[in-house]
Amino acid sequence: MPVNLFPATRSNRASLRMLGPDGQPLARKYYAEKTGKDLDADEVVRGYAVDKNKYVVVTDEELERLQPEKTRDIDLKQFVPADSIPPLYFERGYFLTPAAGSQKAYKLLAETMNKSDLAGVATFVMRGKEYLVAIFSDNGILRAETMRFEDELRSPSDVGLPKKKDVPKAAVTKFEKLIKNKSKKRFSTKELADKQTDDLLKLVKQKQKKRVNVVKVETEDTNHKVIDLVQILKKSLAGK
Amino acid sequence: MAARAIWKGQIKIGTTKVPVKLYSAVQDRTVRFNILDDRNKMRVKQHMVDPDSGDEVPTEEIQKGYEIEPGRFVILTAEDLEKLQPPASRDIEIEEFVDQDEISQQWFERPYYLGPDNGSQEYFALAEALKNQEKEGVAHWVMRNKYYSGVLRSIEDYLYLFTLKDAKEVISAKDLAKPAGAAPTQKELTMAKQLVEMLRGDFNAADYKDEYRDRVEKFIAQKAKGRAPRLQAVKTKRKSDDLNAALEKSLAALKKGKRAA
Repeated sequence: MPVNLFPATRSNRASLRMLGPDGQPLARKYYAEKTGKDLDADEVVRGYAVDKNKYVVVTDEELERLQPEKTRDIDLKQFVPADSIPPLYFERGYFLTPAAGSQKAYKLLAETMNKSDLAGVATFVMRGKEYLVAIFSDNGILRAETMRFEDELRSPSDVGLPKKKDVPKAAVTKFEKLIKNKSKKRFSTKELADKQTDDLLKLVKQKQKKRVNVVKVETEDTNHKVIDLVQILKKSLAGK
Repeated sequence: MAARAIWKGQIKIGTTKVPVKLYSAVQDRTVRFNILDDRNKMRVKQHMVDPDSGDEVPTEEIQKGYEIEPGRFVILTAEDLEKLQPPASRDIEIEEFVDQDEISQQWFERPYYLGPDNGSQEYFALAEALKNQEKEGVAHWVMRNKYYSGVLRSIEDYLYLFTLKDAKEVISAKDLAKPAGAAPTQKELTMAKQLVEMLRGDFNAADYKDEYRDRVEKFIAQKAKGRAPRLQAVKTKRKSDDLNAALEKSLAALKKGKRAA
Protein backbone atom coordinates (compact mmCIF):
# COMPACT_ATOMS: atom_id res chain seq x y z
CA MET A 1 0.00 0.00 0.00
CA PRO A 2 1.78 3.14 -1.14
CA VAL A 3 1.45 6.09 1.20
CA ASN A 4 2.78 9.59 1.61
CA LEU A 5 4.56 10.44 4.78
CA PHE A 6 4.43 13.76 6.58
CA PRO A 7 5.89 14.71 9.94
CA ALA A 8 3.29 15.01 12.70
CA THR A 9 5.49 17.52 14.49
CA ARG A 10 6.80 20.90 13.48
CA SER A 11 9.79 22.54 15.02
CA ASN A 12 8.76 25.13 17.54
CA ARG A 13 12.27 25.98 18.69
CA ALA A 14 13.39 29.37 17.49
CA SER A 15 16.67 28.56 15.80
CA LEU A 16 19.31 31.25 15.89
CA ARG A 17 21.76 31.80 13.05
CA MET A 18 25.46 32.43 13.49
CA LEU A 19 26.28 35.82 12.02
CA GLY A 20 29.49 37.74 11.35
CA PRO A 21 30.36 41.19 12.73
CA ASP A 22 28.28 42.86 9.97
CA GLY A 23 25.36 40.50 10.38
CA GLN A 24 26.20 38.28 7.41
CA PRO A 25 25.12 34.61 7.85
CA LEU A 26 28.19 32.41 8.30
CA ALA A 27 28.89 29.02 6.81
CA ARG A 28 30.37 26.06 8.65
CA LYS A 29 33.44 24.71 6.87
CA TYR A 30 35.76 21.77 7.32
CA TYR A 31 39.47 22.53 7.33
CA ALA A 32 42.72 20.63 7.62
CA GLU A 33 44.30 21.35 10.99
CA LYS A 34 47.91 21.28 9.78
CA THR A 35 47.62 23.52 6.73
CA GLY A 36 44.52 25.51 7.74
CA LYS A 37 43.18 24.88 4.23
CA ASP A 38 39.39 24.80 3.83
CA LEU A 39 38.07 21.54 2.42
CA ASP A 40 35.12 21.15 0.08
CA ALA A 41 32.64 18.29 0.26
CA ASP A 42 34.55 16.30 -2.38
CA GLU A 43 37.80 16.62 -0.43
CA VAL A 44 36.55 14.83 2.67
CA VAL A 45 35.55 11.23 3.30
CA ARG A 46 33.69 9.38 6.03
CA GLY A 47 35.78 7.24 8.37
CA TYR A 48 34.88 4.79 11.11
CA ALA A 49 37.39 4.83 13.99
CA VAL A 50 38.71 1.32 14.64
CA ASP A 51 41.73 2.41 16.63
CA LYS A 52 43.46 5.62 17.58
CA ASN A 53 44.15 7.47 14.29
CA LYS A 54 43.08 4.41 12.34
CA TYR A 55 39.93 4.64 10.29
CA VAL A 56 37.99 2.47 7.89
CA VAL A 57 36.82 4.69 5.05
CA VAL A 58 33.23 4.04 4.01
CA THR A 59 31.95 5.64 0.81
CA ASP A 60 28.48 7.00 0.07
CA GLU A 61 28.05 4.30 -2.54
CA GLU A 62 28.86 1.53 -0.08
CA LEU A 63 26.34 2.87 2.42
CA GLU A 64 23.77 3.15 -0.32
CA ARG A 65 24.30 -0.46 -1.27
CA LEU A 66 23.87 -1.56 2.34
CA GLN A 67 20.52 0.18 2.41
CA PRO A 68 17.33 -1.82 2.43
CA GLU A 69 15.42 -2.30 -0.79
CA LYS A 70 13.78 0.89 -1.93
CA THR A 71 10.07 0.51 -1.43
CA ARG A 72 7.22 2.74 -0.40
CA ASP A 73 5.42 -0.13 1.32
CA ILE A 74 4.62 -0.27 4.97
CA ASP A 75 5.49 -3.85 5.74
CA LEU A 76 3.03 -4.75 8.48
CA LYS A 77 4.51 -7.51 10.56
CA GLN A 78 2.03 -7.78 13.37
CA PHE A 79 -1.02 -6.26 15.02
CA VAL A 80 -0.96 -5.71 18.77
CA PRO A 81 -3.37 -4.17 21.30
CA ALA A 82 -3.07 -0.43 20.75
CA ASP A 83 -2.19 0.34 24.38
CA SER A 84 0.34 -2.47 24.83
CA ILE A 85 3.49 -0.76 23.52
CA PRO A 86 5.44 0.94 26.32
CA PRO A 87 6.02 4.68 25.71
CA LEU A 88 9.78 4.08 26.08
CA TYR A 89 9.87 3.07 22.44
CA PHE A 90 8.27 6.07 20.78
CA GLU A 91 10.50 8.58 19.10
CA ARG A 92 8.87 10.67 16.39
CA GLY A 93 5.43 10.89 14.84
CA TYR A 94 4.37 10.92 11.18
CA PHE A 95 1.02 11.01 9.46
CA LEU A 96 0.48 8.63 6.61
CA THR A 97 -1.80 9.84 3.84
CA PRO A 98 -3.06 7.71 0.94
CA ALA A 99 -1.03 7.93 -2.26
CA ALA A 100 -2.66 7.72 -5.68
CA GLY A 101 -4.77 4.60 -5.96
CA SER A 102 -4.42 3.51 -2.35
CA GLN A 103 -7.32 5.43 -0.80
CA LYS A 104 -9.52 2.36 -0.50
CA ALA A 105 -6.85 0.19 1.09
CA TYR A 106 -5.94 3.03 3.41
CA LYS A 107 -9.49 3.58 4.64
CA LEU A 108 -10.01 -0.14 5.01
CA LEU A 109 -6.94 -0.54 7.19
CA ALA A 110 -7.75 2.52 9.32
CA GLU A 111 -11.30 1.34 9.94
CA THR A 112 -10.34 -2.26 10.67
CA MET A 113 -7.67 -1.19 13.17
CA ASN A 114 -10.00 1.27 14.83
CA LYS A 115 -12.77 -1.32 15.24
CA SER A 116 -10.49 -3.87 16.84
CA ASP A 117 -8.44 -1.36 18.88
CA LEU A 118 -5.20 -2.61 17.40
CA ALA A 119 -1.96 -0.93 16.41
CA GLY A 120 0.17 -2.26 13.58
CA VAL A 121 3.87 -2.93 14.02
CA ALA A 122 5.65 -2.38 10.76
CA THR A 123 8.95 -1.67 9.14
CA PHE A 124 9.29 1.18 6.77
CA VAL A 125 12.05 2.51 4.57
CA MET A 126 12.68 6.22 4.68
CA ARG A 127 15.71 8.08 3.40
CA GLY A 128 17.69 4.89 3.06
CA LYS A 129 17.10 3.72 6.59
CA GLU A 130 14.78 1.05 7.87
CA TYR A 131 12.48 2.25 10.63
CA LEU A 132 10.42 0.26 13.06
CA VAL A 133 7.07 1.97 13.52
CA ALA A 134 3.86 1.52 15.42
CA ILE A 135 0.85 2.55 13.36
CA PHE A 136 -2.22 3.87 15.10
CA SER A 137 -5.62 4.60 13.64
CA ASP A 138 -6.26 8.10 14.93
CA ASN A 139 -9.56 9.75 13.92
CA GLY A 140 -9.61 7.86 10.62
CA ILE A 141 -6.02 8.83 9.89
CA LEU A 142 -3.04 6.52 10.12
CA ARG A 143 -0.30 7.84 12.35
CA ALA A 144 3.10 6.17 12.58
CA GLU A 145 5.37 6.59 15.57
CA THR A 146 8.94 5.57 14.87
CA MET A 147 10.28 3.28 17.58
CA ARG A 148 13.62 2.65 19.19
CA PHE A 149 14.98 -0.86 18.87
CA GLU A 150 15.26 -2.94 22.02
CA ASP A 151 19.05 -2.67 22.15
CA GLU A 152 18.77 1.14 22.18
CA LEU A 153 17.11 1.05 25.59
CA ARG A 154 18.82 0.41 28.89
CA SER A 155 17.36 -1.83 31.55
CA PRO A 156 17.34 -0.79 35.23
CA SER A 157 20.26 -3.17 35.83
CA ASP A 158 22.22 -1.68 32.88
CA VAL A 159 21.91 1.66 34.64
CA GLY A 160 22.81 0.10 37.98
CA LEU A 161 19.62 0.94 39.85
CA PRO A 162 19.32 -0.83 43.21
CA LYS A 163 16.90 -3.72 43.68
CA LYS A 164 13.60 -2.80 45.26
CA LYS A 165 13.44 -3.06 49.05
CA ASP A 166 10.19 -3.56 50.93
CA VAL A 167 8.83 -0.27 52.12
CA PRO A 168 6.55 0.33 55.09
CA LYS A 169 2.88 0.49 54.16
CA ALA A 170 2.59 3.91 55.82
CA ALA A 171 5.16 5.43 53.43
CA VAL A 172 3.17 4.21 50.42
CA THR A 173 -0.15 5.41 51.88
CA LYS A 174 1.33 8.87 52.41
CA PHE A 175 2.11 9.15 48.68
CA GLU A 176 -1.20 7.59 47.65
CA LYS A 177 -2.99 10.36 49.57
CA LEU A 178 -0.84 13.03 47.96
CA ILE A 179 -1.54 11.62 44.49
CA LYS A 180 -5.27 11.44 45.15
CA ASN A 181 -5.37 15.05 46.34
CA LYS A 182 -3.56 16.29 43.28
CA SER A 183 -5.32 14.15 40.66
CA LYS A 184 -7.09 15.69 37.72
CA LYS A 185 -9.39 14.17 35.12
CA ARG A 186 -8.07 16.04 32.10
CA PHE A 187 -4.63 17.00 30.96
CA SER A 188 -4.29 20.24 29.08
CA THR A 189 -1.49 20.61 26.56
CA LYS A 190 -1.28 24.24 27.67
CA GLU A 191 0.96 22.77 30.35
CA LEU A 192 3.47 22.05 27.61
CA ALA A 193 3.95 25.64 26.50
CA ASP A 194 7.58 26.31 25.60
CA LYS A 195 8.10 29.36 27.79
CA GLN A 196 11.70 29.81 26.73
CA THR A 197 10.87 30.09 23.03
CA ASP A 198 7.89 32.32 23.76
CA ASP A 199 10.11 34.65 25.82
CA LEU A 200 12.74 34.72 23.10
CA LEU A 201 10.18 35.62 20.44
CA LYS A 202 8.77 38.32 22.69
CA LEU A 203 12.21 39.83 23.10
CA VAL A 204 12.80 39.66 19.33
CA LYS A 205 9.53 41.56 18.73
CA GLN A 206 10.43 44.22 21.29
CA LYS A 207 13.84 44.78 19.73
CA GLN A 208 12.34 44.86 16.25
CA LYS A 209 9.82 47.48 17.33
CA LYS A 210 12.49 49.62 18.96
CA ARG A 211 14.83 48.94 16.01
CA VAL A 212 17.60 47.81 18.33
CA ASN A 213 20.16 45.36 16.91
CA VAL A 214 18.28 44.85 13.65
CA VAL A 215 20.51 44.16 10.64
CA LYS A 216 19.65 43.71 7.00
CA VAL A 217 22.08 41.93 4.69
CA GLU A 218 22.10 40.84 1.07
CA THR A 219 22.15 37.06 1.18
CA GLU A 220 20.84 34.11 -0.74
CA ASP A 221 21.31 31.96 2.31
CA THR A 222 18.00 32.21 4.11
CA ASN A 223 16.27 29.80 6.47
CA HIS A 224 13.15 31.86 6.50
CA LYS A 225 10.47 29.60 5.12
CA VAL A 226 6.91 29.52 6.34
CA ILE A 227 5.42 26.10 5.77
CA ASP A 228 1.91 25.37 6.93
CA LEU A 229 2.11 21.65 7.56
CA VAL A 230 -1.54 21.38 8.59
CA GLN A 231 -2.68 22.78 5.22
CA ILE A 232 -0.38 20.41 3.34
CA LEU A 233 -1.72 17.46 5.32
CA LYS A 234 -5.33 18.45 4.72
CA LYS A 235 -4.69 18.68 0.98
CA SER A 236 -3.00 15.31 0.88
CA LEU A 237 -5.81 13.63 2.85
CA ALA A 238 -8.37 15.12 0.45
CA GLY A 239 -6.45 13.45 -2.39
CA LYS A 240 -5.33 16.71 -3.98
CA MET B 1 28.98 -1.31 34.07
CA ALA B 2 26.66 1.09 35.84
CA ALA B 3 25.78 4.26 33.97
CA ARG B 4 26.71 7.68 35.24
CA ALA B 5 23.96 10.00 36.42
CA ILE B 6 23.59 13.01 34.15
CA TRP B 7 21.81 15.20 36.68
CA LYS B 8 20.82 15.29 40.34
CA GLY B 9 17.62 16.77 41.69
CA GLN B 10 14.53 16.13 43.75
CA ILE B 11 10.95 15.24 42.97
CA LYS B 12 8.80 17.85 44.68
CA ILE B 13 5.14 17.14 45.36
CA GLY B 14 3.77 19.95 47.51
CA THR B 15 6.22 20.08 50.39
CA THR B 16 7.32 16.47 50.04
CA LYS B 17 10.72 15.96 48.44
CA VAL B 18 12.31 12.80 47.08
CA PRO B 19 16.00 13.14 46.07
CA VAL B 20 16.79 11.42 42.77
CA LYS B 21 19.52 10.96 40.17
CA LEU B 22 18.67 11.11 36.49
CA TYR B 23 20.03 8.64 33.92
CA SER B 24 19.39 8.34 30.21
CA ALA B 25 17.25 5.30 29.39
CA VAL B 26 18.45 5.46 25.79
CA GLN B 27 21.68 3.93 24.62
CA ASP B 28 22.87 5.53 21.40
CA ARG B 29 23.72 2.80 18.88
CA THR B 30 24.09 4.95 15.79
CA VAL B 31 27.14 4.03 13.73
CA ARG B 32 29.15 7.24 14.02
CA PHE B 33 31.64 8.38 11.43
CA ASN B 34 34.38 10.96 11.57
CA ILE B 35 34.99 13.33 8.70
CA LEU B 36 38.49 12.84 7.28
CA ASP B 37 40.71 14.73 4.87
CA ASP B 38 40.69 12.54 1.75
CA ARG B 39 44.42 13.15 1.04
CA ASN B 40 45.90 11.93 4.30
CA LYS B 41 42.88 10.37 6.12
CA MET B 42 43.36 12.69 9.08
CA ARG B 43 40.51 14.12 11.18
CA VAL B 44 39.34 17.53 10.04
CA LYS B 45 38.26 20.50 12.15
CA GLN B 46 35.35 22.88 11.66
CA HIS B 47 35.15 26.64 11.79
CA MET B 48 32.80 29.41 10.73
CA VAL B 49 33.67 31.41 7.63
CA ASP B 50 32.28 34.43 5.86
CA PRO B 51 30.92 32.82 2.67
CA ASP B 52 31.79 35.88 0.53
CA SER B 53 35.42 36.39 1.54
CA GLY B 54 36.09 32.84 2.68
CA ASP B 55 37.77 34.28 5.78
CA GLU B 56 37.45 32.60 9.14
CA VAL B 57 35.37 34.50 11.70
CA PRO B 58 36.78 33.94 15.21
CA THR B 59 34.37 32.74 17.89
CA GLU B 60 34.46 36.03 19.84
CA GLU B 61 33.23 37.95 16.76
CA ILE B 62 30.28 35.63 16.04
CA GLN B 63 26.86 37.03 16.83
CA LYS B 64 23.57 35.16 17.14
CA GLY B 65 20.56 36.40 15.21
CA TYR B 66 16.92 35.50 14.74
CA GLU B 67 15.78 35.81 11.12
CA ILE B 68 12.55 37.85 11.02
CA GLU B 69 12.37 37.95 7.22
CA PRO B 70 14.78 36.79 4.52
CA GLY B 71 18.10 38.53 5.19
CA ARG B 72 16.80 40.53 8.14
CA PHE B 73 18.01 39.56 11.60
CA VAL B 74 17.44 40.69 15.17
CA ILE B 75 20.71 40.19 17.02
CA LEU B 76 20.47 38.64 20.45
CA THR B 77 23.42 39.65 22.58
CA ALA B 78 25.09 37.40 25.14
CA GLU B 79 23.34 39.48 27.78
CA ASP B 80 19.92 38.92 26.15
CA LEU B 81 20.50 35.20 25.98
CA GLU B 82 21.57 35.04 29.60
CA LYS B 83 18.40 36.87 30.66
CA LEU B 84 16.29 34.32 28.76
CA GLN B 85 17.74 31.45 30.76
CA PRO B 86 15.41 30.02 33.39
CA PRO B 87 16.46 30.35 37.04
CA ALA B 88 18.52 27.35 38.16
CA SER B 89 16.63 24.79 40.21
CA ARG B 90 16.94 21.18 41.37
CA ASP B 91 13.20 20.62 41.69
CA ILE B 92 11.19 18.30 39.49
CA GLU B 93 7.90 19.97 40.31
CA ILE B 94 4.82 17.71 40.20
CA GLU B 95 1.67 19.77 40.38
CA GLU B 96 -0.91 17.27 39.22
CA PHE B 97 -1.52 13.61 38.48
CA VAL B 98 -3.57 12.13 35.64
CA ASP B 99 -4.59 8.63 34.50
CA GLN B 100 -1.88 6.77 32.59
CA ASP B 101 -3.75 6.78 29.27
CA GLU B 102 -4.70 10.47 29.43
CA ILE B 103 -1.64 11.77 27.57
CA SER B 104 -1.36 10.39 24.02
CA GLN B 105 1.83 8.58 23.00
CA GLN B 106 2.20 11.33 20.37
CA TRP B 107 3.63 13.62 23.05
CA PHE B 108 6.32 11.33 24.43
CA GLU B 109 9.83 12.31 23.47
CA ARG B 110 12.67 10.81 25.49
CA PRO B 111 12.77 8.47 28.48
CA TYR B 112 15.01 8.86 31.53
CA TYR B 113 15.40 6.69 34.59
CA LEU B 114 15.22 8.24 37.99
CA GLY B 115 17.27 6.43 40.61
CA PRO B 116 17.19 6.92 44.37
CA ASP B 117 19.66 9.32 45.95
CA ASN B 118 20.36 9.44 49.70
CA GLY B 119 18.22 6.51 50.77
CA SER B 120 15.71 4.57 48.74
CA GLN B 121 12.62 4.19 50.95
CA GLU B 122 10.77 7.30 49.77
CA TYR B 123 11.71 6.53 46.18
CA PHE B 124 10.29 3.01 46.18
CA ALA B 125 7.25 4.13 48.21
CA LEU B 126 6.40 6.76 45.57
CA ALA B 127 6.91 4.25 42.76
CA GLU B 128 4.59 1.80 44.48
CA ALA B 129 1.93 4.45 45.16
CA LEU B 130 1.95 5.58 41.50
CA LYS B 131 1.66 1.99 40.35
CA ASN B 132 -1.20 1.19 42.73
CA GLN B 133 -3.16 4.22 41.59
CA GLU B 134 -2.30 3.80 37.87
CA LYS B 135 -1.47 7.49 37.69
CA GLU B 136 1.39 9.54 36.32
CA GLY B 137 2.60 12.93 37.48
CA VAL B 138 2.85 15.97 35.21
CA ALA B 139 6.36 17.30 35.77
CA HIS B 140 8.19 20.57 35.16
CA TRP B 141 11.86 21.12 35.78
CA VAL B 142 14.94 23.07 34.71
CA MET B 143 18.00 21.19 33.59
CA ARG B 144 21.13 22.67 32.03
CA ASN B 145 19.57 26.12 31.50
CA LYS B 146 16.47 24.77 29.81
CA TYR B 147 12.85 24.28 30.86
CA TYR B 148 11.44 20.77 30.50
CA SER B 149 7.91 19.37 30.71
CA GLY B 150 7.32 15.69 31.19
CA VAL B 151 5.61 12.90 33.02
CA LEU B 152 6.71 10.91 36.03
CA ARG B 153 5.70 7.30 35.62
CA SER B 154 6.25 4.10 37.54
CA ILE B 155 7.12 0.98 35.52
CA GLU B 156 8.02 -2.27 37.28
CA ASP B 157 9.15 -0.77 40.62
CA TYR B 158 11.16 2.09 39.09
CA LEU B 159 10.44 5.73 38.39
CA TYR B 160 10.81 7.06 34.85
CA LEU B 161 10.76 10.63 33.70
CA PHE B 162 9.64 11.14 30.08
CA THR B 163 10.18 14.48 28.42
CA LEU B 164 7.15 15.60 26.42
CA LYS B 165 7.08 17.59 23.20
CA ASP B 166 6.12 21.26 23.24
CA ALA B 167 2.47 22.33 22.87
CA LYS B 168 2.95 23.93 19.45
CA GLU B 169 5.12 21.11 18.16
CA VAL B 170 2.53 18.36 17.82
CA ILE B 171 -0.17 18.24 15.13
CA SER B 172 -3.31 16.50 16.32
CA ALA B 173 -5.30 14.23 14.00
CA LYS B 174 -8.37 16.01 15.37
CA ASP B 175 -7.34 19.14 13.45
CA LEU B 176 -7.28 17.26 10.14
CA ALA B 177 -10.12 15.93 8.00
CA LYS B 178 -10.63 12.23 7.36
CA PRO B 179 -9.21 11.05 4.02
CA ALA B 180 -11.41 11.32 0.94
CA GLY B 181 -12.74 8.30 -0.90
CA ALA B 182 -15.47 5.69 -0.73
CA ALA B 183 -16.07 3.70 2.45
CA PRO B 184 -14.90 0.08 2.31
CA THR B 185 -17.50 -2.59 1.54
CA GLN B 186 -18.62 -5.22 4.05
CA LYS B 187 -16.79 -7.92 2.11
CA GLU B 188 -13.56 -5.95 2.23
CA LEU B 189 -13.98 -5.27 5.95
CA THR B 190 -14.50 -8.96 6.65
CA MET B 191 -11.40 -9.93 4.68
CA ALA B 192 -9.33 -7.21 6.27
CA LYS B 193 -10.45 -8.30 9.72
CA GLN B 194 -9.40 -11.88 8.96
CA LEU B 195 -6.04 -10.66 7.77
CA VAL B 196 -5.50 -8.51 10.83
CA GLU B 197 -6.57 -11.32 13.18
CA MET B 198 -4.05 -13.68 11.60
CA LEU B 199 -1.28 -11.22 12.30
CA ARG B 200 -2.47 -10.48 15.83
CA GLY B 201 -0.02 -11.04 18.63
CA ASP B 202 1.68 -9.51 21.63
CA PHE B 203 4.29 -6.81 21.18
CA ASN B 204 7.75 -8.20 21.79
CA ALA B 205 10.52 -5.72 21.11
CA ALA B 206 13.10 -8.50 20.79
CA ASP B 207 11.39 -9.64 17.56
CA TYR B 208 12.75 -6.60 15.74
CA LYS B 209 16.35 -5.82 14.87
CA ASP B 210 17.89 -2.88 13.11
CA GLU B 211 19.10 -4.87 10.13
CA TYR B 212 20.58 -1.91 8.32
CA ARG B 213 22.76 -1.05 11.31
CA ASP B 214 23.83 -4.70 11.59
CA ARG B 215 24.82 -4.73 7.92
CA VAL B 216 26.82 -1.50 8.23
CA GLU B 217 28.64 -2.76 11.34
CA LYS B 218 29.44 -6.10 9.71
CA PHE B 219 30.65 -4.41 6.55
CA ILE B 220 32.95 -2.10 8.52
CA ALA B 221 34.36 -5.03 10.52
CA GLN B 222 35.13 -6.91 7.30
CA LYS B 223 36.62 -3.87 5.64
CA ALA B 224 38.83 -3.27 8.67
CA LYS B 225 40.30 -6.74 8.08
CA GLY B 226 40.89 -5.83 4.45
CA ARG B 227 38.07 -7.99 3.12
CA ALA B 228 35.47 -5.69 1.64
CA PRO B 229 32.64 -7.79 0.26
CA ARG B 230 31.05 -6.92 -3.06
CA LEU B 231 27.73 -5.20 -2.63
CA GLN B 232 24.71 -5.49 -4.86
CA ALA B 233 22.98 -2.42 -6.25
CA VAL B 234 19.76 -1.48 -4.48
CA LYS B 235 16.62 -2.95 -5.99
CA THR B 236 13.27 -1.25 -6.28
CA LYS B 237 10.09 -3.17 -5.56
CA ARG B 238 6.81 -2.69 -7.40
CA LYS B 239 3.39 -3.79 -6.28
CA SER B 240 -0.08 -4.04 -7.78
CA ASP B 241 -2.80 -1.49 -7.02
CA ASP B 242 -5.73 -3.91 -7.06
CA LEU B 243 -6.95 -3.99 -3.46
CA ASN B 244 -9.09 -7.11 -3.61
CA ALA B 245 -6.45 -9.12 -5.39
CA ALA B 246 -3.84 -7.90 -2.91
CA LEU B 247 -6.01 -8.84 0.09
CA GLU B 248 -6.69 -12.28 -1.30
CA LYS B 249 -3.03 -12.80 -2.08
CA SER B 250 -1.98 -11.75 1.42
CA LEU B 251 -4.56 -14.02 3.03
CA ALA B 252 -3.51 -16.96 0.89
CA ALA B 253 0.15 -16.36 1.72
CA LEU B 254 -0.59 -16.18 5.44
CA LYS B 255 -2.71 -19.33 5.42
CA LYS B 256 0.03 -21.19 3.61
CA GLY B 257 2.59 -19.92 6.13
CA LYS B 258 0.46 -21.07 9.05
CA ARG B 259 0.07 -24.57 7.60
CA ALA B 260 3.76 -24.86 7.03
CA ALA B 261 4.56 -23.79 10.60
